[in-house]
Amino acid sequence: MKKDIILAGVGGQGILSIATTIGMAALDAGLFLKQSEIHGMSQRGGDVSSNLRIADRDIASDLIPFGKADIIISVEPMESLRYLPYLSKEGWIVTNTKPFINIPNYPQLDEVMKEVNAYENHIAIDADEIAKELGSPKSANMVILGAAAPFLGIEYSALQQAIKKIFGKKGDEVIQTNLDALQRGYDFAMANKK
Amino acid sequence: MSQKLMLLGDEAIGRAAIDAGISGIYAYPGTPSTEITEYVMSSPEAKAGKVRAGWSANEKTAMESALGMSYAGKRSMVCMKHVGMNVAADAFINSAITGVNGGMIIVAADDPSMHSSQNEQDSRVYGKFALLPVLEPTNQQEAYNMVHYGFDLSEKLRLPVLMRITTRIAHSRAGVERKEMRQQNELQLPKDKMQFILLPAVARRQYKTLLAKQTELEKEASQAGFNQYTEGKDKKLGVITTGIAYNYLIENYPDRNIPYSVLKIGQYPIPESMLRKIYDTCDELLVLEDGYPVVEEMLKGSLNLGKPIHGRLDGSVPRDGELNPNLVAVALGMEDTRGKEIPAVVAGRPPALCKGCPHIFSFTALNEAVAQWGKGRVFSDIGCYTLSALDPLHAIDTTVDMGASITMAKGAADAGLFPSIAVIGDSTFTHSGITGLIDCVREKSPVTIIILDNETTGMTGGQDSAATGRIEQICEGAGVEKDHIFIVNPSPKYNDENRDIIKKELEYKGVSVIIPRRECIQTALRGIKERKKQEQNK
Ligand SMILES: Cc1ncc(C[n+]2csc(CCOP(=O)(O)OP(=O)(O)O)c2C)c(N)n1
Ligand code: SF4
Repeated sequence: MKKDIILAGVGGQGILSIATTIGMAALDAGLFLKQSEIHGMSQRGGDVSSNLRIADRDIASDLIPFGKADIIISVEPMESLRYLPYLSKEGWIVTNTKPFINIPNYPQLDEVMKEVNAYENHIAIDADEIAKELGSPKSANMVILGAAAPFLGIEYSALQQAIKKIFGKKGDEVIQTNLDALQRGYDFAMANKK
Repeated sequence: MSQKLMLLGDEAIGRAAIDAGISGIYAYPGTPSTEITEYVMSSPEAKAGKVRAGWSANEKTAMESALGMSYAGKRSMVCMKHVGMNVAADAFINSAITGVNGGMIIVAADDPSMHSSQNEQDSRVYGKFALLPVLEPTNQQEAYNMVHYGFDLSEKLRLPVLMRITTRIAHSRAGVERKEMRQQNELQLPKDKMQFILLPAVARRQYKTLLAKQTELEKEASQAGFNQYTEGKDKKLGVITTGIAYNYLIENYPDRNIPYSVLKIGQYPIPESMLRKIYDTCDELLVLEDGYPVVEEMLKGSLNLGKPIHGRLDGSVPRDGELNPNLVAVALGMEDTRGKEIPAVVAGRPPALCKGCPHIFSFTALNEAVAQWGKGRVFSDIGCYTLSALDPLHAIDTTVDMGASITMAKGAADAGLFPSIAVIGDSTFTHSGITGLIDCVREKSPVTIIILDNETTGMTGGQDSAATGRIEQICEGAGVEKDHIFIVNPSPKYNDENRDIIKKELEYKGVSVIIPRRECIQTALRGIKERKKQEQNK
């Protein structure tokens, strides 16, 4: 088993919370893990990404090679396209549809979505809307994680366990909201993947 | 098996330093090295052991403090980004001549591809320059192990040890298994009372000792296990890797069956016998190293009269930038697996000053004040405020090295440029701006110095800044006239007032200092969050 995951977003969007959850689930499943992060300059509203590699044997490179990523998980639609050179032919794009516009030349959203849709293996989900419906805008990243769950090669229940552990200190209500967010994303992906 | 910790390369080094019994860690922040010291600063074990952990004014003061701790017999670590080595170089090179008493490790974090740096200098060159052993880990576990070994080596050879890492290992997380914790050393003065007195007569003797130790350093490097030779079936090619380049090599062989002979290097000076072995048995060589072609040049010599040697110098691998698995694949003659290109609609998203950042308002006022004089008069420095060079502010004309704003403004003023303005951050000012200010005061140079006091070291994530609340006193103490020191509030409300103060001071034919003071938005927010947490815990 080997899953190479690229997490994408904009500085401040908290992509590492997704990485942490997947990472914990993978570790509990006894898998090997490497995760490279971006620190420093690029945190100030610039594009950020993280390489997460999971395998049932030792992992060599901290960086995912071009054309070898199994999945791009993006919390922002334009950012999901920035890492296409890394995606394998059979790989999946799982992206939020809600744009984060902090530059004057942000392209037309429909142009962006046209590119995403042109890629057969994709899940495009309005995670912000779903999170708002759940009464917790902060849980959008867990919705996206849920939408990516069918492609991770990790048991769904392991992700649930990881959420319970990570949000443990914040009380049952927060745990439940995040579990619900995960479920909504998962259901969406199962209904929309071909 | 004990539970593995998931640690960044930086954190693995911090963890190992605590476990190996350091008594102090000294550093000035700098990406990608900052998290080493932060890890030790937040460790309850380090606190319980009374390990001195915190920031120094700059890399030189950090290096010297670490050497002082070593003088007193205890183990110390000093950490910095690669360019910090330039600042600390005087202390570093001379520490090779004094040698150490307690074990001492210097960690230099290089940044090939310049993810957040001005250059991609290779710290291994400093190791060779100082004639000191260098360790270069392949992965996080090895980084952890090397710190333990490094302190042993340092105390055995009585020399400082340099550890060189790069961004990819510093900021990548992987499982790390800990070793047993070691006691700190007792306070003990050096046995040789002359060891640390580098008078020429002593230095000449100690330099000879250092030279004589080189054979021993090579012997260590061939025995410690960080340099490994594996013979391959196919003698057409031999591959030499240093540090993480090894990972990129084996990434290209999923079954880990590499047909070629491989020399994996993690410790310097590289034993000549190991190089000779792979050179003699293979037809051609490929050298894979992140940074400068250090090993490649060593093999080639200046005339390159021997076998074909491929690497950064002959273009088999690009001359600049960090390596990755694909570049290595291509160098090995494999196909590039690069997927689809980035669609044209994707726009760049450069980093920018945070919304509401105080720097924005300092620069708006400055831009208005200098408008009548035209561009090309603002010498700046390194920090968040460097982003003011870009859209929409276009406020500064230079950024070279920490502290260069004040001194370059002085030089330009000496040349007759008027007005000549320096813009420097508060942490950069204490790092290496103060000495330049003294130069200006001494000659009453006509410069206007703006010290952006956001009460933190913003660029590297908000570490405390050495002179928060005392900058005006420092300037006064350095001799700036009281009437020409101003503290202003960088916010839209005071824009016109601030602009007018700057304008007026530009006309003054001496040193003026203007200090826009307002806390960085990010540290302010963090402060609010932390206070809330404390309230809740009450
Ligand atoms: C010699 C050296 N050490 C460290 C760094 C990393 N670095 C760049 S800017 C900076 C601090 C900037 O702080 P400050 O001057 O207060 O400006 P701010 O970012 O807060 O605006 C640091 C530590 C560097 N570039 N060079
Ligand atoms: S981190 Fe602080 S100093 Fe840096 S841009 Fe943001 S608000 Fe400004």
